[in-house]
Amino acid sequence: MENKTLSLEDQFQNRIDSGENIEAKDWMPEKYRKTHIRQISQHAHSEVVGMLPEGNWISRAPSLRRKVALLAKVQDEAGHGLYLYSAAETLGISREELNEQLNSGRAKYSSIFNYPTVSWADMGAVGWLVDGAAIINQVMLTKTSYGPYARAMVRICKEESFHQRQGYEIMLSLCNGTEAQKAMSQDALNRWWWPSMMMFGPRDEESPNTEQSMKWKIKKKTNDELRQQFVDQTVPQVEILGLTVPDKDLKWNDETGHYDFGTIDWDEFWDVVKGNGLMNEKRLKDRNEAWDEGKWVRDGASAYADKQAEKRAKKTA
Amino acid sequence: MLQEKLYDYLLHLGDNSMILGQRLGELCGHAAELETDIALTNISLDLFGQVRNYFQAAAQIKGGDATEDSVAMLRYEHEYKNTYLVEQPNEDFAHVIVRQFFFDVYHQLVLNELMKSKNETLVAIAKKSIKEVDYHVDFSSTWVKRLGDGTEESHAKMQTAVNILWRYSMELFKATEIESWAADSGVGPDLDQLKPIYLERVTSLLQEATLSLPEETVFQYGAKTGMHSENMGFILAEFQYMQRAYPNMKW
Repeated sequence: MENKTLSLEDQFQNRIDSGENIEAKDWMPEKYRKTHIRQISQHAHSEVVGMLPEGNWISRAPSLRRKVALLAKVQDEAGHGLYLYSAAETLGISREELNEQLNSGRAKYSSIFNYPTVSWADMGAVGWLVDGAAIINQVMLTKTSYGPYARAMVRICKEESFHQRQGYEIMLSLCNGTEAQKAMSQDALNRWWWPSMMMFGPRDEESPNTEQSMKWKIKKKTNDELRQQFVDQTVPQVEILGLTVPDKDLKWNDETGHYDFGTIDWDEFWDVVKGNGLMNEKRLKDRNEAWDEGKWVRDGASAYADKQAEKRAKKTA
Repeated sequence: MLQEKLYDYLLHLGDNSMILGQRLGELCGHAAELETDIALTNISLDLFGQVRNYFQAAAQIKGGDATEDSVAMLRYEHEYKNTYLVEQPNEDFAHVIVRQFFFDVYHQLVLNELMKSKNETLVAIAKKSIKEVDYHVDFSSTWVKRLGDGTEESHAKMQTAVNILWRYSMELFKATEIESWAADSGVGPDLDQLKPIYLERVTSLLQEATLSLPEETVFQYGAKTGMHSENMGFILAEFQYMQRAYPNMKW
């Protein structure tokens, strides 16, 4: 029995190694299924919770053009949430269960959304840095071994890279503007830089799942490699804006061909992961309120659907 | 003079969409289900898109430094011409849907007439907007039916929202001086003619949804002429915040 399972696992790994996609109905190790449910749902939850800090500025957007763009952006995030929940559902878990995991606080979502958006410039910084960091992770995921996830990522990446350009364009407008606008954007960079750096997760030596994830092609690069890529690509963009990265240790290293950077405050990272960020409680409260207040709506809609089905059945009978 | 009137008429048209769009925008990220969140955001997006069209035309008439944003955001409260209905708060999903339904049916009737306007800009905007608003009517009508004829609880909540919001509906049809001018000069619809059609459509859909209009209603009028409810100041405090706090800047 054990040999048979092993051989199934070997066959499975061979498929992945040869670049084949794993599809919903294919055999897969239980751990692969669970890991994917966890990762895809965390990703979906991040999209959904991520709507809140940006939704926070829709009513106060400074111009109609910016308001429309922000509405469209947050709507895209909701759409990403939908594709990703659907991808998770292919692994045998329901939307209700996933929702319950988020609302009860059992499931995680990206910690970055537990930071507050306090100025309009945050709409620029979030698009540019947070979506920028997310894309680095997500481009890698378009080649991940699980087909439904990989395909969802292809579409999501296209939209995210548009969001990132849009965020950067908000920053550019501010940095080409008045002193007050420049100060607003420097302040936003100061607050979002380090949390964005943390988005790649713990340092490699403290990331126990990396090896298995690489084997299943959920990951192709380590957290530290991705983080370095983010720094290398973002610093020149900061220079174009005429802003300063809030890291006194940041400097170009000729030998490595990369930027060296200062130490990340991992205590802060773990604090926010554990629920002690400024906005953790509020984000979950908002999600729970939306869900609880929607109960009568869901009940009403399903009662109506039942009545309609009954009517149709009577007609055909 | 004619242009001034047209400017005011554009405000009438744009302000309703804008304030309702603003109210819907407040809900983004807070709807019970992603599908509904996307739909409400989509309606808000459509409405703001229409507002931009109206106010770009208005800014052109005004000339000078006027832009769609100055027209939208740099007026005093009494200069906004939207109705009471659209400034009502998002009390719950029943209020959101009933408010939407009462407005959508009106909006669709108005746009259908605007497609025959003597003003080409309005014809163009109406032709583009009607496709969107047909969908809005479909969306809100479907939800009125679902929740009106759903559970006892959903029925009760919908009936309450109908009872509360209906009093703001007839203001939509009480023509201001500018709206009468628009009707007389073939620029906009004759609201008196649209009113019976509106009443018929609303009543029959509510009936289908097992809901009814309140028997006696004291209708509220005044917002269109600048006398807004207490809601309006707070809506504008958010809506105008950036333009007021950081004047004369580009975004």
